[in-house]
Amino acid sequence: MAMSASAQLSKVVKRQYMELPQGDNVQAMYIWIDGTGEGLRCKTRTLDSEPKSIEDLPEWNFDGSSTYQSEGSNSDMYLIPSAMFRDPFRKDPNKLVLCEVLKYNRKPAETNHRRTCKKIMEMIDHQIPWFGMEQEYTILGTDGHPFGWPSNGFPGPQGPYYCGVGADKAYGRDVVEAHYRACLYAGVKICGTNAEVMPAQWEFQVGPCEGISMGDHLWVARFILHRVCEDFGVVASFDPKPIPGNWNGAGCHTNFSTKEMREDGGLKCIEACIDKLGKRHNYHIRAYDPKGGLDNARRLTGHHETSNIHEFSAGVANRGASIRIPRTVGQEKKGYFEDRRPSANCDPYAVTEALIRTCLLDEEGDEPLYQSKNTIHP
Amino acid sequence: MATSTSSKLCKAVKQQYMDLPQGDKVQAMYIWIDGTGEGLRCKTRTLDSEPKTIEDLPEWNFDGSSTYQSEGSNSDMYLIPQAMFRDPFRRDPNKLVLCEVLKYNHKPAETNLRQMCKKIMDMVLNQHPWFGMEQEYTVLGTDGHPFGWPSNGFPGPQGPYYCGVGADKAYGRDVVEAHYRACLYAGVKICGTNAEVMPAQWEFQIGPCEGIEMGDHLWMARFLLHRVCEDFGVVASFDPKPIPGNWNGAGCHTNFSTKEMREDGGLKYIEESIERLAKRHQYHIRAYDPKGGLDNARRLTGHHETSNINEFSAGVANRGASIRIPRSVGQEMKGYFEDRRPSANCDPYAVTEALVRTCLLNEEGEELVKYK
Repeated sequence: MAMSASAQLSKVVKRQYMELPQGDNVQAMYIWIDGTGEGLRCKTRTLDSEPKSIEDLPEWNFDGSSTYQSEGSNSDMYLIPSAMFRDPFRKDPNKLVLCEVLKYNRKPAETNHRRTCKKIMEMIDHQIPWFGMEQEYTILGTDGHPFGWPSNGFPGPQGPYYCGVGADKAYGRDVVEAHYRACLYAGVKICGTNAEVMPAQWEFQVGPCEGISMGDHLWVARFILHRVCEDFGVVASFDPKPIPGNWNGAGCHTNFSTKEMREDGGLKCIEACIDKLGKRHNYHIRAYDPKGGLDNARRLTGHHETSNIHEFSAGVANRGASIRIPRTVGQEKKGYFEDRRPSANCDPYAVTEALIRTCLLDEEGDEPLYQSKNTIHP
Repeated sequence: MATSTSSKLCKAVKQQYMDLPQGDKVQAMYIWIDGTGEGLRCKTRTLDSEPKTIEDLPEWNFDGSSTYQSEGSNSDMYLIPQAMFRDPFRRDPNKLVLCEVLKYNHKPAETNLRQMCKKIMDMVLNQHPWFGMEQEYTVLGTDGHPFGWPSNGFPGPQGPYYCGVGADKAYGRDVVEAHYRACLYAGVKICGTNAEVMPAQWEFQIGPCEGIEMGDHLWMARFLLHRVCEDFGVVASFDPKPIPGNWNGAGCHTNFSTKEMREDGGLKYIEESIERLAKRHQYHIRAYDPKGGLDNARRLTGHHETSNINEFSAGVANRGASIRIPRSVGQEMKGYFEDRRPSANCDPYAVTEALVRTCLLNEEGEELVKYK
């Protein structure tokens, strides 16, 4: 059976309990990124009253030796609340709280890329950088096979599925619909969805978000997706190439602009950025998945609307290029551009930081220049 | 198994999420016809407030290389909102938006037949052309076999199924009922339904619609049907001859009238139109399915209440003719006529445009007439 045992538990029974009033007590679910740089963890605490802002949420801690983040002999790690959202699962007044992780010595954990990203964003906040990220993902059954695919084989070849409708085209739309509503309720800036080229593959878009909020909103959107899939008894995978061969991979195309690019004549600035990016391809490739490029190597082949991982290219309306300039932007001579290289399992903090460093801080070469940080490693 | 895996996902879980309030945000699902001329595609965007009219909906774009509409190196295509409906799946204030597709150079895409249809309809506004289209379709399981049919074979021969009731006569009525309500909610002008002659085959009728509205409402009704079937885990097919042999095909009989035809003595104008249609049979056959007549060739055999594709005929109350004049119209000497030739998978923009060109603009011959 493709769906989990948990999904068979009676939702009617659950509903009866979830409808119980909770008085003044509030449940706050703290969420963080674990030692893999891809996985999310969560635990909940009761608060005596509804937090109105992030400052109302206390610091917390957890056992890092159970999340690939520390040794057992010195395992306490700190959770620092960074962004608060409404909880679509427990509903108001309960909250979801995205946290940064600090080590015992209060330095950022290895996979805490938010800390440096925030510093970088603060350096250029007057340029008002906007991001929009297009998160692709695949729905899997609990057997690890894409949801809705025949158990021993493959569906018909790609072609009819992109934006498709019908039981023979769209696999798992309920998940997408539920996720969209949950994000809207939570306050995550979800701006669209569509079915993708491979059946059981979907995409949602988050943005436009300014600065650090891009990473915050995307990570919470991912958490909500995992949680919604859990309720349905299926699994969301951000693997960049879940099925080898003639099946599309999953990316996280990142759209970027500054105030200058959005104003008249901004195309000049866009082209200047693309020049800079063209000189720093490997630096970005290393930042664009949690394994320094190894994950993306399975996806960026030059086929299936990707660019080749070894070459940098850019073009108007060209989906085979590393950077695509949308046609409307080419025509209006202002707007934004799309970096199509990030993997579906990228860390949005690392991606947005790399774009700022190269395009706005004019960094060159393979090492980050401003504010030393740990290199990304699994 | 006849129904999809997706349909087994727990609807109670989904309902809990769909009940969540969405604040001021509105979901607008943009819908368009893909490169096949038959397939529909859709994607959604969030708007900050409820659009009140079509003008409130921004233009958008999509990747045409994934819908058989462009090459990857130059793939952006434009979506231009044309008709807005309420969304029966996500409910108010969310919207379904039917769009025209333009190529990168802003010319209509190959399968965007709406743009030309609208130009033609605008030329005859004062004649108030009304249309009603009878959309037949077959419900299939995900195995491609008609829904409810024995997996390795066939049901009993046709006879008891048309407008039938009972589990041994009507296969898949839930789909029909759900679709009807969804259309009414959405604002699609659905005017009736019935079970058809072949088991698992059904029909709904859209109209009366004036001018360009006919195509808009029929395409939206088709989208709603695909989406309802998806929820049930079955598939709607508009193939004109899904099962070869002694089983009915699926058509899209098109009823047509002008203000003149509807007024006293209108029968004269109906007969004039039929004469013009008789002289242009091949032109219409080419317009009446997405393959220039090849699809209809499997259906229009002269049997199973169809006319033969190679011959034009007309008659009162004659279901074996290309054009049927309803008996009541023959008696009242006014009303409308029914063109029984269009295939179930026809493009209603192409069909309605052809009828107006031949009957109202008096076109003749095989060449495309261009107007300013």
